[in-house]
Amino acid sequence: MTTHYLVLSALLFAIGAVGVLVRRNAIVVFMCVELMLNACNLAFVTFARQHGNLDGQLIAFFVMVVAAAEVVVGLAIIVTIFRTRRSASVDDANLLKY
Amino acid sequence: MEPVEIIQHSGGVIGVAWLMIALPLLGAAILLLGGRRTDRWGHLLGVVMSLASFAVAVLAFVELLGMSGDQRRREIELFQFIPGMVDMGLLIDPLSIAFALLITGVGSLIHIYSIGYMSHDPGRRRFFSYLNLFVAAMLLLVLADNYVGLYIGWEGVGLASYLLIGFWQHKPSAATAAQKAFIVNRVGDFGLAIGVFLIWTTFGSVAYGPVFQVAGQAEQGVLTAIGLLLLLGACGKSAQLPLQSWLLDAMEGPTPVSALIHAATMVTAGVYLVVRSGAAFFPVGSTAALVVTVVGVATLLAGAIIGTAKDDIKKGLAGSTMSQIGYMMLGAGLGPVGYVFAIGHLITHGFFKANLFLGAGSIMHAMNDEVDMRKYGGLRKLLPVTFVTFFIGYLAIIGFPLLSGYFTKDGIIETAMHHSPVLGWLAVLGAGITGFYMSRMVFMTFFGQKRWAEDAHPHESPAVMTVPLIILSIGSIFLGGYLVLGNTLANWLAPAVGGPEEPIEFHFVTTPGIATLVLVAIGAAFAWMKYGRAEVPVVAPRGSFVTTFARRDLYGDAINESLLMRPGQWLTRLAVFFDNRGVDGVVNGIAAGIGGTSGRLRRIQTGFARSYALSILFGAAVVAGALLLVGNI
Repeated sequence: MTTHYLVLSALLFAIGAVGVLVRRNAIVVFMCVELMLNACNLAFVTFARQHGNLDGQLIAFFVMVVAAAEVVVGLAIIVTIFRTRRSASVDDANLLKY
Repeated sequence: MEPVEIIQHSGGVIGVAWLMIALPLLGAAILLLGGRRTDRWGHLLGVVMSLASFAVAVLAFVELLGMSGDQRRREIELFQFIPGMVDMGLLIDPLSIAFALLITGVGSLIHIYSIGYMSHDPGRRRFFSYLNLFVAAMLLLVLADNYVGLYIGWEGVGLASYLLIGFWQHKPSAATAAQKAFIVNRVGDFGLAIGVFLIWTTFGSVAYGPVFQVAGQAEQGVLTAIGLLLLLGACGKSAQLPLQSWLLDAMEGPTPVSALIHAATMVTAGVYLVVRSGAAFFPVGSTAALVVTVVGVATLLAGAIIGTAKDDIKKGLAGSTMSQIGYMMLGAGLGPVGYVFAIGHLITHGFFKANLFLGAGSIMHAMNDEVDMRKYGGLRKLLPVTFVTFFIGYLAIIGFPLLSGYFTKDGIIETAMHHSPVLGWLAVLGAGITGFYMSRMVFMTFFGQKRWAEDAHPHESPAVMTVPLIILSIGSIFLGGYLVLGNTLANWLAPAVGGPEEPIEFHFVTTPGIATLVLVAIGAAFAWMKYGRAEVPVVAPRGSFVTTFARRDLYGDAINESLLMRPGQWLTRLAVFFDNRGVDGVVNGIAAGIGGTSGRLRRIQTGFARSYALSILFGAAVVAGALLLVGNI
């Protein structure tokens, strides 16, 4: 019964991971990260249901809070970078290196 | 007769004998710390301190004379130097007081002479402070009642010698000579230090009294080892083979220094050490005593041969000093009779050699500091006092009958002959060579034609310089006869070093005595033919290989250089190479390796966020895979 949820979770996570790796647009990469987080949430909730305790659900709430905070900070950074460099490509923001 | 027991003493002049050391030390301290303020009267303070020390020595001597023979070894406690190990004290006995009289007496004369000799030198105050320092250290050396005190004095005179040889340190040759003297002496001092350590571990004491009392009970091998180590020290200080090379270069110092330190007193410290330790570590017939005599004979010949070829008057006298100390060493290895003549020769030599050196200084003073005898000639008319005193010193050193050197040197030769004919005849040969080189010196300097430099205007030295010369020459005439005839010195020294079984009788007519005189006469005649009657070339002729051999100090420096210096240089080069390539190589290699690796590793930081994400994903996958694997096991 829970297998379907877990397969869905894994699919969502894989889509998110591939998206982070292959897409250049920072906004899309960001959305893919959200996708991976939510895939994790789904897995947590599924296991919580399966084992009959609330630990997983609790963690899911934490993840949501962290994801919300991350969106706030991350979007602010992306907007600032776009304003200064006229580009939202993650490959262009490569100054911090050796 | 055995040496008498040492008696604790307090009170009287002997009770304050430490003043002998303290006064010149105070003088040196005032002059060194006072600086330029003392320039005007510094030399007078130096002379006064030396004379005061002489006065204390004379009073102590008189007090000792007032005691019976078996009371004449007095020990004064001063302070605990190293608690439980060294109690510093002074031993006032016939031997040490004889030395103290010689050091302070001849020392004071040389102090007075230096007032005149150094009058134009801007560093005169410094010179006198060093002289005072030397007198203090030398007195500590001979008066200390233990080997540690002797060692401190020993190093002190070494320091004073170093400072005074290099007194004109603006001359590179003087600076080098000072360093050479110091370094060569280090070899000898090393031996002395190890010898003192060995005495401490063997006997549990370093004081003369206890050590000599139980010395007979120690193993023969240990005694021989101590003896040889002490002899090594004596060889360094007394410029005996194989540590003789520094003395000739030491003539770079001012002439009064050569007279006081490198002729009359310091270089005889080795003889003092051997005689002082004689009964315990150099008994007649022991290996150590044999080595002492061999060293003595070898040096007396080597010094005499070097003396024959030197054109520098001071270096000629330095070779002669080596040779005469060789005689003393020979005597010091021959037991109680030898001790008497060794100390006797030491005292008379102190007088006539100081006389000769100060005479040489007077000549140099007259000749614009020229030392090359080939540029002297015909000086006897212009320097009458110097000539007469120098001539008396000359007669004394070649052993002219009835002068000082005759009695003491002949005594050593007779004793050596009695002991072993080989040593005796070699000593006779040395006396013959002495006759040649000293005559050569006198003829080249005072006789023949004038060969002066153009700007030379010889003049007699002032009275402050000639009076000491006259006093010393009087000693050179009478002292030997006084000490030897009637057994004066033998009876005097007997409580300290042990006396001979029966009184020494001095025979005037003996085979070796006559042979010596004949050889000396032949040497002097040969010198007259070559340097008196014939014309002396101003530039030294090349000469045969024997002359070169003697001129180059018997290749002593060359031997030291090839045997010690070159291997030492190779060793240091090897060490430097090992340090640069080996040790530094490892350290630098590790650093370069880490640097290079990090240089390559940082290329991973590309700045592309997506490649970081890929590595994170990959790492997470690896961790997950590993967990799965471990979980399955």
